[in-house]
This record gives sequence, C-alpha cells and structure tokens, in this order.
Amino acid sequence: MKVSLQDHVLVPKHEILKESEAEELLKLLGVSKEQLPKIKSTDPIVKEIGAKPGDIVKITRKSHTAGFSIFYRLVIE
Amino acid sequence: MSYDQILEQYPLPQSVKEEIKSELERLKVKKNVAKKIVERCYQAYLANLIEPGEAVGIVAAQSIGEPGTQMTMRTFHYAGVAELNVTLGLPRLIEILDVRKNPSTPMMTIHLEKEIARDREKAREVANKIEATYLKDLADIEVDLRGMKIVIKPDMEALRRKGLTLEELREKIEKNIKEDFEQEGEFFIVKVKEPSYKHLMDVFEKLRDIVVMGIKEIKRVIIRKEGDEYVLYTEGSSLKKVMKVKGVDFSRTLTNDIYEIYEVLGIEAARSAIINEALSTLGEQGLEVDVRHIMLLADVMTADGELRQIGRHGVAGEKQSILARAAFEMTVNNLLDAAMRGEIDYLRGITENIIIGQPIKLGTGDVELIAKLGVIKK
Repeated sequence: MKVSLQDHVLVPKHEILKESEAEELLKLLGVSKEQLPKIKSTDPIVKEIGAKPGDIVKITRKSHTAGFSIFYRLVIE
Repeated sequence: MSYDQILEQYPLPQSVKEEIKSELERLKVKKNVAKKIVERCYQAYLANLIEPGEAVGIVAAQSIGEPGTQMTMRTFHYAGVAELNVTLGLPRLIEILDVRKNPSTPMMTIHLEKEIARDREKAREVANKIEATYLKDLADIEVDLRGMKIVIKPDMEALRRKGLTLEELREKIEKNIKEDFEQEGEFFIVKVKEPSYKHLMDVFEKLRDIVVMGIKEIKRVIIRKEGDEYVLYTEGSSLKKVMKVKGVDFSRTLTNDIYEIYEVLGIEAARSAIINEALSTLGEQGLEVDVRHIMLLADVMTADGELRQIGRHGVAGEKQSILARAAFEMTVNNLLDAAMRGEIDYLRGITENIIIGQPIKLGTGDVELIAKLGVIKK
C-alpha cells in the first residue's frame, strides 16, 4: 500500500502554483521570486507533488492563531 | 441568516471570523446591527496588528529568553509519560534551537491503526515488531574455551513470547556471522575458523548483540492506554522504519527528533515539529509563551529550506554583515576571515549601525523621507 506523506499530521497541504497565479502573487506582494522563503527540490513533499526548481509552492498551514494561513516557498536546487 | 456574507467582505483571519460568527449567532443580532459589529471588530483587529518596522525578532527573543531563565537546569525529569526518561527544561529547549542531529533522549509516540488500536494483544504484537530484541535476551550464550566454540541455548519460553520459531532464530544468526554453524537439538554451536581467544571473544560479543527482531534503534517500547486506544511510546527513534511497520498508523507517528522529521517529512513538517516541541517544553515547566514568538522562531529556522540552528553556525553566524558576526561570537576569527576574503559591510543591519553610531533601520528609523524638489520650489 502506497501512502502519501502529505497525510501525516505534521505536514500541511502543498500545491504547485500555476504560472499565472505565481505572477499575480509576486505582483501582489511586490517581491521577486528570490525573496520568497525557500524549499529544497530534494524535500520529500516537493518530490511527491513533483515540483521543479523555480516553481512556487503554496502551503496551507493550520495555524494556532489564525485558523489557517497561507505560505509560499520557492523551490530551489 | 447571512452573517457569512457580511464577514466575507472583511480580510479577517478565519479563527476571528468564526469567533465573531458564533457570538452573532448566540445573540441573534439583526443584519444591520451585525454589519456595524463586524465593522467595529475589523477596526479593532487593524488596531491590534503589529506595526511595520517593529522589532519582532527582539520581542520574540526576550519573550522566550525571560521564562527560559526560570526553567530547571536539571537534565532529567520523570515526565508524565510512564517510566520513560525524557530530557526536559532548558537542556531540551537548547537542543531544539541547536537542531541537534541526535537528541540525548530520542523518543517516539506511535499510534495504531483504528482496527487494532483497542486490542491490547494486537498492540503487544506491533510493539514486539518494533522493539529491538537481541540474541542475548532470547538465549544463553556460553563460551567453551577448551573446544574453541560458542554454545547458544535458546530460551524456548522467551521465543514463544516473542512469537519466534527456532528455525527463524537460526536463520537470523546464520545471516549475521561468518563462522561455522551447527545445530544440535535445541542448541546452536558456533565454531570459530581462526583459533585465537581474541577472535572467539569478538564473535561472542557480536553474537550477543545480534538484533533478532525489531528495529535496531528502538531500545524499549511502552504500551499505554490513552482514552480508549493503546498508544506506544518508545525509547530511541527511527521514523522511517517505524512508519513501514504493519499496524502502525503512520500519519500519527511522531518523534522528538526534529532533524529526523526534516529528513523524512520535509521542511514544513519540521517547522510544525519545532513549534510543538518548543511549546510543550515551555508548557511542561508551567511557562506560557505566546505561540507567535515561537512561530517566528520556527519560520526563521526553516526559511532557507533547510534547518538552521539559532547560533554560531546558523542564523546568527550567517549574517551578511561582518561587524554583526564579529559582535556575536569568535570576533577575531570573523574579522580575520572577512579581511582575507575582502568582504564589504553594507551597514544595512542593526548591530553594525549601533557599532558605528548611526541611527538603526527599525521602527521610525526604517522610514526615509524623499522630497520632490520640483514641488517645493513652487
């Protein structure tokens, strides 16, 4: 039985952002890609969702204070 | 009712929205009143947001540091978890912030799959599969010096308890040694190839520590009943191996080894683990630190996509500014290295600006005034 690491309680939901969404996001935040927090391409979850270096990963975390919060990371080598 | 519709128009966090909604529903307010209430709530929310330019890092450092002075310096403490010995208090907090690769007391919490979680026998079975069992626990091992051989006398009772057959035991031993191996009734006899006492004793030591079943890293398993299900607590940790064991609910399998979580489950899981561990370590000592400070800490530690420790080899040691690094630790080394490499300090940070006596870029100091000359002339 193949299990998904994303089912683990500690792992929040990871999604790859589409190109158009990524552009919109960078415009909204007023930053360049490189200024985002990073995630390695060797990260087990990145491998699982199949993100490539240069992609932006959208992470929906459960937050202690805000219910849920959205975080973005840039995939790097 | 459409409280949701009103709330939808405001960019409030979900938890705040839910709280307002439940309160509105309890009081059964009319729509126009509700609108006003939500508007007031939103104003209050905005007023309570942290100001841009506020030194949140310093506030977090102080907020965690001050209660830290009140923590026990004693390493060991017998915590709520049965007979397990877990590092707590200040040493544990330091361990978390230093991202030690091998914590001094690794520990796992293992939940079982729903079908078997309530069955003590089944839980015992899973525990047997996880706990490392050495040959010395299952058999008497005797050295016959005259005959230059080692006699292994399996304890049938212990074997039965572990659910092993003699045959399986034999296979395990054979796989682990390179010497001549014979079976005589219930006994096994190992004859060494090289006739030296030292070699004989080496083989003896090796035989004792053969892991017959279970996971090498897990030294002990304790079964506890929590609510209506049985939960396993282990001494020693190996997330990867335990997750593969049948009967284990992998999605609720936890370890206190943060680096291991980072390797197996990735950076985001490590972030959650840091928050949980730091919070519970502080909480256990009766100290309440706001999660936001710890969340900031965890965010800084994981921002690069890899775990960075707070200290000389991590966050503080990798600062861009030479002066800031020199002011922290290993002053001479840092200055010397920077000089050799011809580094430039752009004086963008706080420490370096304090050193040379300039206003710092924090709070109001972070704001710059730009005058449009053309407008002023007129």
